[in-house]
Amino acid sequence: MSEFAIEFKDVVKSFAKQDGGQQIILDRVSFTIPKGKTTVIAGGSGQGKSVTLKLILGLMAVDSGQIFVDGISVVGARGRELEQLRTQFGVLFQGAALFDSLTVFENVALPLRERTRKSEQEIHDQVAVILSQLELTGHEEKFPAQLSGGMRKRVGLARALQLNPQIMLFDEPTTGLDPVMTQDIYALFVKIQQEVGYTAVIVSHDIPRVFDLADQIVVLNNGKTAVFESVKALQESRLPHIVEFVEKTMGNPCQSRVGG
Amino acid sequence: MLRNPVEKLGDAGLYVLQDMGRMGLYLLLAFKGVFRRPFRMAEFMRQMHFIGVGSMMVIFCTAASTGMVLGLQGYYSLHKFGAEGMLGSAVSLTLIMELGPVLTAIMVAGRAGSAMCAELGIMRISEQIDALECMAIDPFRYLISPKFLAALVSVPLLTALFDVVGIAGGYLAGVHLMGVNPGSYLEGMRSSVTNHDIRLGVIKSFVFALLVVWICTGRGYFVYQIRGAGFGAQSVSRVTTQAVVYSSIAVLIFDYLLTAVLL
Ligand SMILES: Nc1ncnc2c1ncn2[C@@H]1O[C@H](COP(=O)(O)OP(=O)(O)OP(=O)(O)O)[C@@H](O)[C@H]1O
Ligand SMILES: [Mg+2]
Repeated sequence: MSEFAIEFKDVVKSFAKQDGGQQIILDRVSFTIPKGKTTVIAGGSGQGKSVTLKLILGLMAVDSGQIFVDGISVVGARGRELEQLRTQFGVLFQGAALFDSLTVFENVALPLRERTRKSEQEIHDQVAVILSQLELTGHEEKFPAQLSGGMRKRVGLARALQLNPQIMLFDEPTTGLDPVMTQDIYALFVKIQQEVGYTAVIVSHDIPRVFDLADQIVVLNNGKTAVFESVKALQESRLPHIVEFVEKTMGNPCQSRVGG
Repeated sequence: MLRNPVEKLGDAGLYVLQDMGRMGLYLLLAFKGVFRRPFRMAEFMRQMHFIGVGSMMVIFCTAASTGMVLGLQGYYSLHKFGAEGMLGSAVSLTLIMELGPVLTAIMVAGRAGSAMCAELGIMRISEQIDALECMAIDPFRYLISPKFLAALVSVPLLTALFDVVGIAGGYLAGVHLMGVNPGSYLEGMRSSVTNHDIRLGVIKSFVFALLVVWICTGRGYFVYQIRGAGFGAQSVSRVTTQAVVYSSIAVLIFDYLLTAVLL
């Protein structure tokens, strides 16, 4: 047991470039994500937010450094050990990653069918509840290819929330949704978090609105992270790249909605 | 930048070793997945239907034409020595020991293997396999092992179908078209085909089934790791081509090896 849900220690991650060079995504990054709180990871497109989530899940390997989930190292974990680590997570992928040969209902029911001993009736009821919360009632029998982008996101969200995970990783949960839906989803996050008390990690471009949820903000920029306890601390920061980030994303409300 | 040819050769050699290691480990995990609970009966049946029932028509047509050609060709050759009576023996031995297992495996690679490869490749590039892993659902148990099991059951059955249809095709061409004595066709077959020959055919069909399903699903599963495959839809199409070509070549190579060792 650790006081942190997730801990990064001197993590380096780079990709080989076509021309033989190295593209460094994370450059000796260290930060922690507290338990039971909401952490927002912000940063420009291509700064490594999605990669950071994949590192946490052990879907990608770090070049060096350590990542701990509840005090247990993800680096080097394999097989059953890794599977055990992953049972703690609910994940919404940036592209939703729905199973395209399964219907909406089957997608959301899958974790329940595979990982719990619930009866078909219980599964049916539980899925119906979450689908209605996400305004997907009536679309149960559709296949992912028959859904809009925003609907796919919501189905992915429904699936991620199924097993009451201790840690939720949301990669851009509201991208492609209209403002009303976005508000509803955030309200749902708050409600479920109050009920379940999970640790949430939200990657989002929906700045500054998503900051309302944040207990902590991690800004990723050029391979480095800066951690802030509140939006206020972020705005008061004198670090040049943070000042620039704040100006770009929060300075002008109109711009923030277009850019992000 | 011009690279030293030796360096290139070493690089290619290392890649081949790495690829073989990866595929070896993959095979191990696929077998382990067969024994992990809960077993996915429905998926296994679906795959049996897809690989087995779905390939029956193709196998039937290939076998009928192969058998008939063998009948005509065999008659033509044997007639020169006045040995038409040997036709039944020649056709059935060729089919049971060689053509049945080989052609069935190659047809299955083209029809079902390519589809399995593309399916896994698409699931990989659209992060569906990652999503399975994140739900702590073993992709081997869930996706891959049922395919292995279904191939190992259905390919030998398809081979048997091929043999029977082929022998009947040979009978049709030899007896009905060329006028070989029906009794001598059947008797030639009965007296020359031994248990050993049939066993060789069965062993071959199991080995070929394994090669086809292993190479085809493996190429799709590892679509990111395959050198020169590129990205996106193109990478899936490239590895699918590779899967069919490699598994067909592997079948032909192992056909020779098994014949040499077991005959
Ligand atoms: N598998 C990969 N191979 C090579 N490079 C990769 C790979 N995955 C990501 N990258 C690179 O890593 C960088 C960070 O990617 P990432 O997907 O984490 O961005 P992001 O911060 O999530 O951006 P966005 O907000 O647009 O989703 C990008 O420059 C990308 O090109
Ligand atoms: Mg991303």
